[in-house]
Amino acid sequence: MPEEFKPGCQRPPVKKIDPETAAGISNESVLKEAKPSMVKVGKPAPDFTAAAYGQGKFVNTSLSEYKGKWVLLCFYPGDFTFV
Amino acid sequence: MDSVFVHKMWNDHELSKMINQDIPFLMLSDQDGSIGKMYGIYDEDSGVETRGRFIIDPDGNIQGFEVLTPPVGRNVSETIRQIKAFQLVRESQGTEATPSGWQPGKQTLKPGPDLVGNVWKVWKVSEAFND
Repeated sequence: MPEEFKPGCQRPPVKKIDPETAAGISNESVLKEAKPSMVKVGKPAPDFTAAAYGQGKFVNTSLSEYKGKWVLLCFYPGDFTFV
Repeated sequence: MDSVFVHKMWNDHELSKMINQDIPFLMLSDQDGSIGKMYGIYDEDSGVETRGRFIIDPDGNIQGFEVLTPPVGRNVSETIRQIKAFQLVRESQGTEATPSGWQPGKQTLKPGPDLVGNVWKVWKVSEAFND
């Protein structure tokens, strides 16, 4: 049965089936992908390119295009939530 | 997380109505969460990005960040205060620092041998709080 949830800014956890567990392989024998580490203050911000919308246009933009300017980079859970 | 098309819908149908104009900055799409993962703010369990906020200086270095879980919104005034403080420190080429609670116009500190042990003479605890 599909499970109902209240719409909000927090989505319910996505249940992912671990293929290793499903195949019955012991996790200890498998090298796990390294967890991404948190960025550090005073260190370079990782560069990226992404599609974006602004002022009526769809564009591709890279962080490196903003060298020489102050940049405020904000992440948020989804559109139509508050920021 | 949303596509640029949903970004447009959000701008057109809600955000532009709040400020009577289009959003004046770019709304980026990180549909696979890869940018969020690089910055360490992607929540694998719920498949969404948390409220990460990064201040990046003109050299491309991160000067500050804040990460909140989704239900609590940010304090935009505090972010602007921090940017102004980082800009002041950068313009002074490190000769000035902004103590706790600093606001534009308030006193800065000039780090050096003379200041060690003497901050109490030039800075009062009350300055750490809003007037």
